[in-house]
Amino acid sequence: MNNFQFIDSMWGLLILVSLSTYLWRAGGVLIATRIEPRGKLAQWFTCIAYGMLAGLISRIMLMPIGILAETPLIDRLAALAIGFAVFFAMKRRLLPGTLISTTIFLVLTTLRANGII
Amino acid sequence: MPFFMILASMMGYGSLARDSGLSFAVSVVSTASVWGLPGQVAFAELFAVGAPVIAIMLASSMANLRFLPMSISLLPLFKNNKRAWQWRYILVFLMSINTWALTLRHGPAMPKNLRLPYYLGLCIICMSGGLAGTAIGYHLAIALPFYVTVSLIYLNPVYFVFLFSAVQYRNCILSLLFGALLGPLFHLISPDWGLPFCGLIAGSSGYWIDRRMPKRTIPE
Repeated sequence: MNNFQFIDSMWGLLILVSLSTYLWRAGGVLIATRIEPRGKLAQWFTCIAYGMLAGLISRIMLMPIGILAETPLIDRLAALAIGFAVFFAMKRRLLPGTLISTTIFLVLTTLRANGII
Repeated sequence: MPFFMILASMMGYGSLARDSGLSFAVSVVSTASVWGLPGQVAFAELFAVGAPVIAIMLASSMANLRFLPMSISLLPLFKNNKRAWQWRYILVFLMSINTWALTLRHGPAMPKNLRLPYYLGLCIICMSGGLAGTAIGYHLAIALPFYVTVSLIYLNPVYFVFLFSAVQYRNCILSLLFGALLGPLFHLISPDWGLPFCGLIAGSSGYWIDRRMPKRTIPE
């Protein structure tokens, strides 16, 4: 296989992958056009979207893939728990909770990388 | 804030894409054209192992199936704005978890004619963060020590946990809780089909249990 075919196939594949992702978005438009904007169906789909996203995030937290999988579960959860405490103490503001969790996680992984804990 | 979130997570994708043998241009364009991290990751990883075209298409498409219910629930916010409605196929192309969640949170309280500029502004911020992140990650991933890279990746799910913790509708909160419980379980049963089924079951039970429970006002 020469170089041009290789590049061709990479771009061809990208176009196919992009189209197959866009199909879901466009399908959503088709359905949204046909249903009542504030109706029960729209609410039901919103709930499904939230259910899917929560499932995705919780899977990433508990069973990550890639380099996040190399960190101990207890570090990921402990950092999250402390962030939650801050989040509720600060009247549910997004930024403090996120920053505290990430900072604690960074400290924990740094300590482990240096063999301190 | 969303800019840096996406910058950080797309840096992770940029380095993965390079390790998978994708060219720089393909990696950056894929961020813009697929615009959904799980699908992009599936694309890069399966490309690296030389999987058949159909398998790559199916896997990356399944990984991004969430865009179907997401665009159904986003569009009603724009239905009363004629100009926004004409552009609806473009609007859903630009949608990501960030732009979706923030617009769903702040959009309903906003005047109808301000929703489109708000949403487009968010999309531009997120997309530029994503493109910059992919490009940076592609070029300097190895330069960062492990604990920094892994913390950048951790930032992303944590941010979404808190973003979703601020949701106020009871049926959505129930769906989130069920989804968080079922997501890992369903993933064990089937990595490909687990998530759509998790969403369907968690979302439907959240929706129905809320309807069976006595009405209450939205808190705060």
